[in-house]
Amino acid sequence: MKQQILTITENVPVTAAVYRMRLEAPDLEAQRPGGFVNIRLDGLFLRRPISVYDSEPGRLTILYKVVGRGTEQMASMRPGETLDVLTGLGNGYDLSKAGDAPLLLGGGVGVPPLYLLAKQLIAGGKKVHAVLGFNTKEEVFGEDAFKALGCGVTVATADGSYGVKGFVTDALPADYSYFYTCGPELMLRAVYRAAKTSGQFSFEERMGCGFGACMGCSCKTITGYKRICREGPVLEKEEILWDD
Amino acid sequence: MGRLTTSLCGIGLDNPVIPASGTFGFGYEFAQWYDINCLGTFSFKGTTKDPRFGNPTPRIAECPAGMINAVGLQNPGVDKVIAEELPKLKEVFRKPVMANVSGFSAEDYAYTCEKLDREEQVGWLEVNISCPNVHGGGMSFGTDPKAAAEVTAAVKKVTAKPVIMKLSPNVTDITAIAKACEDAGADGVSLINTLQGMRIDLRTRKPVIRNVMGGVSGPAVFPVALRMVWQVSRAVKIPVVGMGGVTTAEDVLEMMMAGACAVEVGAANLADPCACKRIIEDLPAAMDKYGIKTLEELGGK
Repeated sequence: MKQQILTITENVPVTAAVYRMRLEAPDLEAQRPGGFVNIRLDGLFLRRPISVYDSEPGRLTILYKVVGRGTEQMASMRPGETLDVLTGLGNGYDLSKAGDAPLLLGGGVGVPPLYLLAKQLIAGGKKVHAVLGFNTKEEVFGEDAFKALGCGVTVATADGSYGVKGFVTDALPADYSYFYTCGPELMLRAVYRAAKTSGQFSFEERMGCGFGACMGCSCKTITGYKRICREGPVLEKEEILWDD
Repeated sequence: MGRLTTSLCGIGLDNPVIPASGTFGFGYEFAQWYDINCLGTFSFKGTTKDPRFGNPTPRIAECPAGMINAVGLQNPGVDKVIAEELPKLKEVFRKPVMANVSGFSAEDYAYTCEKLDREEQVGWLEVNISCPNVHGGGMSFGTDPKAAAEVTAAVKKVTAKPVIMKLSPNVTDITAIAKACEDAGADGVSLINTLQGMRIDLRTRKPVIRNVMGGVSGPAVFPVALRMVWQVSRAVKIPVVGMGGVTTAEDVLEMMMAGACAVEVGAANLADPCACKRIIEDLPAAMDKYGIKTLEELGGK
């Protein structure tokens, strides 16, 4: 965990609502796949937690959806401007359990955290397949980027306007060794029911601090109470307790 | 004596800055951001007799110049706090610490305080009779002078350590509660806890916080807090710890001018993990700017 001033070097829309922002600083360490950063914005009290899309030493890329005042403000920022960012937050995905042919399941803005994961799994010699789910064709992003890594990619849209008609769970391949997923809770619950193997889920929750101090994002698990920001956001399938 | 030194109920503080309970855990999360021995002290996470998970999520909402929380006193219970948290706290913090205690009956409060009284590192007991996020306890003791006095007396019976009653702003006349605590033997009061508030999500048309209401904190509440610290300081003779929206060194000075002898910092720690370190470092320059030689001269008790 570090508090750093990062410089925006790119901030462009990739769909009507999703932007890609690249942030740089010489002393920025490579971020974990499945980890997140917490961004301070002028005039807003709480930071905005955003998952890591891609990262290497000195550079971090995030993909964020414009949904409210904070992300609207981010979308209006230009290269050269700086942000106060807490980096290195969250536990991230555990790559050691992937097996030979891991499956990645992303829904909407749950897609970005899977990109760096795919990159590292492929670098480790894994045969990776990604199923990316969206509501409609206009919202699709990431297909080419995942393909360029050497990933097999299936896109599903809920309205059938592009790729497979349905949800990510309607487009599961027959065989996979393990899975990693991130997306809206309804999707995560469907994946939990449909998956044939063990896997890891990345959760979203409203946070106060993002670094474990306030207990704002606690959840109950089989193995006790956990903070989504600290012991999460990634939980193993076997420890999840869904609250109804 | 340094420029920043002050004292709280007879115990010296290197400076008046105290992270507030519920925003600082048991210290060790923040020790990863800076050496927390620069603090005057800190008030650790609200501790109850039994373990508590707290409220369902979402527990957090943002508001103009602040935030709302409805955590609901999540803590592992006093026995685990003593067995597991305090040893970890001791590794990162050398000074006397403020133990924050909550409960659901006067007996509850006394039980937890008696156990924490035996802990050497505990310098003060801050008794929270003002948590807005639990039912049948917390704030219900802090909104009635008789109940506030009852809890104060019950706690005073089981400890020789200074007892600071943490007061709720969600009352008609906070000075009446403060006086009741003083009359029942309190060694000090701290104020304010959070103000009750809520937000509604325009998209879902439902409250953002699952518990509907929560406690508002952050710069938004500072003027309200300052007003109450001013009023209580003039109504009681015991020390007053000021808190509520303090974010800068200037805010600390203002609180002390209102009558506080020490100042707690809450929500600011969540927005900026190094907030208290920054405030302490900024104090000398802020004092210079306003011609303040020592904090003692501001006259907080």
